[in-house]
Amino acid sequence: MEKRVTFSSWTIGILFAVPQLLLIFTFFYWPAGQAVYWSLTLQQPWGGGNIWVGLDNFRSILANADYWNSITASLVFAGISTGLAMFVGLVLAALTDRQLTGSRFYRVVLIWPYGIAAPALAMAFRFILAPEAGFMAVVNQVWPGFWDPGLDGTDAMASIIIAFSWKYVGYNFIFFLAAFQAIPRSLIEAAAMDGSGVVRRFWDIQFPLITPTIFFLLVINITESFQDSFGIVDIMTSGGPANATNLMVYKIYSDGFKGLDYSGAAAQSIILMVLIVVLTIFQFRFIERRVHYR
Amino acid sequence: MASITIRDVKKSYAKMQVVHGVDLDIASGEFVVILGPSGCGKSTLLRMIAGLEDISGGEIAIDGTVVNKLEPRERGCAMVFQNYALYPHMSVAQNIGYSLKVAGVPAAERQLRIQAVARTLELEHLLDRKPMALSGGQRQRVAMGRAMIREPKVFLFDEPLSNLDAKLRVQMRSEIRKLHRRLNATSVFVTHDQVEAMTLADRLVVMNGGRVEQVGTPAQIYSRPASRFVATFVGAPAMNILEGTVELDGVSLLGGSRRLAMARAGLPVGTKVAMGIRPEAVRLVAPGTAGALDATVDLVEELGAGRVIYVDLDGAPFSVMTSEAVHPEPGSAVGLRFSPDDLHFFSSDTGTRLEVFKASVPEPVF
Repeated sequence: MEKRVTFSSWTIGILFAVPQLLLIFTFFYWPAGQAVYWSLTLQQPWGGGNIWVGLDNFRSILANADYWNSITASLVFAGISTGLAMFVGLVLAALTDRQLTGSRFYRVVLIWPYGIAAPALAMAFRFILAPEAGFMAVVNQVWPGFWDPGLDGTDAMASIIIAFSWKYVGYNFIFFLAAFQAIPRSLIEAAAMDGSGVVRRFWDIQFPLITPTIFFLLVINITESFQDSFGIVDIMTSGGPANATNLMVYKIYSDGFKGLDYSGAAAQSIILMVLIVVLTIFQFRFIERRVHYR
Repeated sequence: MASITIRDVKKSYAKMQVVHGVDLDIASGEFVVILGPSGCGKSTLLRMIAGLEDISGGEIAIDGTVVNKLEPRERGCAMVFQNYALYPHMSVAQNIGYSLKVAGVPAAERQLRIQAVARTLELEHLLDRKPMALSGGQRQRVAMGRAMIREPKVFLFDEPLSNLDAKLRVQMRSEIRKLHRRLNATSVFVTHDQVEAMTLADRLVVMNGGRVEQVGTPAQIYSRPASRFVATFVGAPAMNILEGTVELDGVSLLGGSRRLAMARAGLPVGTKVAMGIRPEAVRLVAPGTAGALDATVDLVEELGAGRVIYVDLDGAPFSVMTSEAVHPEPGSAVGLRFSPDDLHFFSSDTGTRLEVFKASVPEPVF
């Protein structure tokens, strides 16, 4: 049994929890409730009353082809960037765990990107991936017109995926490395004695034992790719070209604060929230079954 | 079945050398136990045989083939680990059968062999369980099964019993012994537990500080320890050691307060020696008896079948193990008597055994 502090009277316990409850209420439940309320009304852009419209906001959004385009872009972005960030993080962590030369160097360097704010790293990648001056300019020199995220939607999507993945590779790496290190050395040695080679050991022993971490990172990466992508999109593409990178979270901002459609933006927030909740439930329901908790 | 030849094997980590040139020949089918305190390099030596550690110097050969550069899987060894190292996500059957699966043995044959091994180890009813749901003894048996199923040339055991409780340990000890008698595979067993070592070994290798101190049968190690370290490490309670100096007609003990009359046989006068006597070779007699050492009782430890009596011999600690029904009071005086045949002498400088002393009289004279 875990030892727990218990209070004789429940009021003391509540009192201790009050600061945290206040914070959660002020910064989560209140805004969320407000968003629900706004999504069911038509708000005036400069204040001064509103009209109850029921589900009209949702109907008009879901009837809009632009919005479906945004959902598709978000799903593509989430899928590819999560896959890329997790795959690269996993490979790097597996190599570091084997104590290859330079592993200490990786360990330090790979933790840094996660500490960089999204807009700052987006600015850096905007320079790196600029078609006329950056690294890609060299490629364009060889194949003219190969790369131009300002004109080509696919290039723009690739740019934000690269920037986002770069940030999350470090995050995933730290968790994967910790998971690998938590596997007792003797298990790997036992597998080696059983005749299993490096690759076989990875798939038979290490991979199944880090599935809890893979699952955790999958949930976090997908959730973050819907939310943390805002700063990157805003700095690198502003949703363009031709809405190719207008992710759901960015569209909420541009419709709400640039288009002054508060009610539509609120409804989009609710849809995004529901989408993330549904995806998370789906992951817990169907993927967690395949996870081996020790 | 295979013989193992170890020639001048060394191991160093960065600048620290942990194994200093070990030579050892293990015959085919032999059960060899490597005994030593923690940090003596015994596990490292075992892991070098297994291929889990690189060999820094020297040569290890299994069945005449030098294995220095071979991967663990190419050496034909199976190993039982201290913490069992069972794969937590696999069932008992999968754990036992994993090596066969890796080797590409067809599923049907694999099942038959898993069943056969499980029957030997009485694990049949547990085959579908995960290691988490097993007791310590059962996990131990699964680990043995995993090693057995490959029918390896060599069995390696890395302190496999030290995580078990005392009763289970005794039981598993005899099971390992029986198993070895049946399979007759060459086995190397590493432990720091001398009872385990004495009971299991055909031959015992005592290691200390990365060196082999002595190799011999358990009886040889006990009766003729090759060094002061072996003498005090093997046997419980430990052998008593009294420091002394060689004189013309005997040994002066404890800074001159006691003398033992003996023929000197070759050692120069003034040589420092350590005289050893096992607690179980000492008899208690009435204080003042001729030819006995007088001492004061410090403490009596009751063991049921016998007792250990700790006495103070002019400030030096000394213990006596007796099965007689004597219960001396702490503080009382006793006489200690022993046969000169039971005395061991070691060089004070190097700790090596000195065979030069011969008792001149049937009973030592003090």
